[in-house]
Amino acid sequence: MRALALSITGNRGVAIAIAIVQWVARFVAVVLVIATFNFVLVHAAPGDPAQVMAGQSGAADEEMLTRLRAEYGLDKPYPVQLAIYLKRIVTLDLGYSYRQQRSVLSLIAERLPATLLLTCCAFLLSLSAGVSLGTLAGVRAGKWSDTALTIVSLFLYAMPVFWLGLMLVLLFSVQLDWLPAFGYVTIGVQMTPFERARDIAAHLVLPVVSLGAVHLAIYARLMRSAVIDVAHQDFIKTARAKGLRRGQIIVHHMLRNAVLPVVTVAGMQAGTLVGGAVVIETVFAWPGLGRLTFDAVLQRDYPLMLGIFLVMSVIVIGLNLLTDAIYRIVDPRVSLRAAS
Amino acid sequence: MNRREFTKLGLLAGAAGIGGIPLGITRAVGQTRGGTLNTIIQPEPPILVTALNQQQPTLTLGGKIYESLLRYDFDLKPLPGLAQSWEVSPDKLTYTFKLHPNITFHDGAPLTSEDVVFSIMKVLIENHARARNTFSRVEKAEAPDPLTVVFKLKAPFAPFLTAFDCTTAPIVPKHIYEGTDYRKNPANAKAIGSGPFKLKEWVRGSHVHLVKHEGYYRPGEPVLDEIIYRVIPDSASRSVALEQGTVQLTQWTDVELFEVPRLSKLPHLTMTTKGYEFFAPHTWLEFNTRIAPMNDKRFRQAVMYAIDRKALLARIYFGLGKVATGPVSSKTKFYEKNVKAYDFSPEKAKALLDEMGLKPGADGKRVTIPYLVPPYGETHQRTSEFIRQSLARVGIDLQLQGIDVAGWAEKFSNWDFSMTATTVYQFGDPALGVSRSYVSSNIRKGILFSNTCGYSNPEVDRLFEEAAVATSDDKRQEFYSEVQKIMVEDVPVAWLLEIDYPNFMDKRLKNVVTTAIGVHDTFGTVSFG
Repeated sequence: MRALALSITGNRGVAIAIAIVQWVARFVAVVLVIATFNFVLVHAAPGDPAQVMAGQSGAADEEMLTRLRAEYGLDKPYPVQLAIYLKRIVTLDLGYSYRQQRSVLSLIAERLPATLLLTCCAFLLSLSAGVSLGTLAGVRAGKWSDTALTIVSLFLYAMPVFWLGLMLVLLFSVQLDWLPAFGYVTIGVQMTPFERARDIAAHLVLPVVSLGAVHLAIYARLMRSAVIDVAHQDFIKTARAKGLRRGQIIVHHMLRNAVLPVVTVAGMQAGTLVGGAVVIETVFAWPGLGRLTFDAVLQRDYPLMLGIFLVMSVIVIGLNLLTDAIYRIVDPRVSLRAAS
Repeated sequence: MNRREFTKLGLLAGAAGIGGIPLGITRAVGQTRGGTLNTIIQPEPPILVTALNQQQPTLTLGGKIYESLLRYDFDLKPLPGLAQSWEVSPDKLTYTFKLHPNITFHDGAPLTSEDVVFSIMKVLIENHARARNTFSRVEKAEAPDPLTVVFKLKAPFAPFLTAFDCTTAPIVPKHIYEGTDYRKNPANAKAIGSGPFKLKEWVRGSHVHLVKHEGYYRPGEPVLDEIIYRVIPDSASRSVALEQGTVQLTQWTDVELFEVPRLSKLPHLTMTTKGYEFFAPHTWLEFNTRIAPMNDKRFRQAVMYAIDRKALLARIYFGLGKVATGPVSSKTKFYEKNVKAYDFSPEKAKALLDEMGLKPGADGKRVTIPYLVPPYGETHQRTSEFIRQSLARVGIDLQLQGIDVAGWAEKFSNWDFSMTATTVYQFGDPALGVSRSYVSSNIRKGILFSNTCGYSNPEVDRLFEEAAVATSDDKRQEFYSEVQKIMVEDVPVAWLLEIDYPNFMDKRLKNVVTTAIGVHDTFGTVSFG
């Protein structure tokens, strides 16, 4: 409110500075709250990493458990562990994974690109294909092509993502042998950068399609109903009456108005870009962050789990801001309300 | 040219190998030397140094990198490893090993008796629970010359010679580890051992790439140029990889048991269950014998009668194994087959339950018992359901509780359970892998694979102790036979099955499973064709 008030009185520079300070303070506070919450949550579960390691090595004794617990810092009381943890976060130190014998930051940095590549491609695919198909279905509402598109999108929506992935592998890898069944890149082969890019692209196809399918269907459904909604409004009739061509009407008048609900949902999907691909990364043996998370959870690798959760929350907060910005661009009416 | 080849030519002209079969394999066809073996590692190990971590996948992969003094044939008789010969003194207190000359580590440094003494007496005793149990009985280890190692024991320990396989006693380089914090040594990332393969690259989440150790001491070994261990977390994808030829070997539970009948029919694969003799996995129902009704011998016997273990083996394990008859695996020395037999008989079970006063209520249930489902995959889930149904027929109502690995380990090791199931390895000798589950001295809260059932019988304790230190095999057999008879009558746990895990391999692969530790061995002689 204060920022808004100042901006109205004209002190624009000061207003922006204050807004930024406020925003940063809020950001830090949110991150610390999230970090504390994560910590408490993670430590509330029964069992600890030392137990898991012992359970997987077929033999254990006190000495081994005591040593592992000391290494993990698990022998200190919880409040002390929490304090140490929060202090480290403030200095941007995400800690050390004893289990993997690596720093948490390097582990995350190593896996993040693969996940971003996968999820961003899936995001773009589902968004572009979903919006196009939904628009198509919307403007052809009631015709057979609309019915066909509706059935396909319902089908995709209802399909469990791991099952779709496996079916695609059976068809395109096992039967047809067109595409690799899993992995990120062909292993053990010397390749030029161009060949490598092609190879990675080939490995991307099936996981991207599987991962994108559900959201594609959601966007298509949303888009279709929004287009049908908008098509009956007065300004479209006016546009028609002005004699605009159909393509112009769809692109300039219908889409801009119909796309708002899609932006909302896309913003939510964007939030899952970082960690939301656990299942697909598992099915396709994709060396990404989702699987790193999953393994960390299974193995109770506390420093790694907490590090991933924190990085994810920071990215989600960032993406929320971006979604807000896009909203304002698509629909200028939003800005004033959002600014307060 | 068939469709497959055609597609490959067309599609893969630029990006060779998109179809999933790396060039190394093609090169290996029709050759006896060289080639790349692609296989699976699952789950991905945290580190590869077997002296510091003994999880299953670490041992499978680390066996190619780290060697030990001995290997064992399928009957668990010692074979030369790093040691070319060995001698045991008549009083069974002194063991002298002669090493092969010219053994080198992957960094080029020679491996000598100093490395052996350092690895065993320092690194392993500090970091390896199983090795500590054996080597803490050593009074003094010496290296009189670079090729001789002498161990002097405090007292005779019969299975001492069984403890030198590469999973129990891996040898690490002293010049790298001495005086450092072993677990934080940066060289751990390079995994420098003396095995036939050395680490070239480890892409986390994707694969571990091993290549030939050129300075390996055994002439002509290794035959293969490379081994690639791929991390494939999904079991359906692992089967596809095997089917497609992307990988040429699977081990342990890489393939779910219900896939075995289907994969066995594929023409390009062969399957063996050999190579697990040293581990001899033994699966049993664990009772918490501290609480009723599990504290009553008759209840535990009733459970043995109530479960049709032959049907369990046939339906859930697809015949991959044997019905267990007692605490010692039939694959291990000192197995006693003349023990009380528990045939499938719900009537006998009901009679025992009636006799102990556990009568059925109005709903037919005599007692309701929570059961922790072991969180180790689909087969355990199915086994648990099979057992619940079996016991329901005699009025014992099991309530299955799903749980994750950490939670299971915590509850199980802290005796916070009524019943669960577990699979325990025998490690080649009852003194190493059997007695620990039953002797009173090993009732230790918070420790997995100790005597978690809480069974305590002074006679059993005495027999196990005497068998461990007896110096003649005949004497040991006597003690072990007696203890098995007592325990099968007592049923401290309900033994279910000895499991045979399947190793699937490409038909062209030779010499994969040659010893009792199977796929954990060095793979020095493994070849294509």
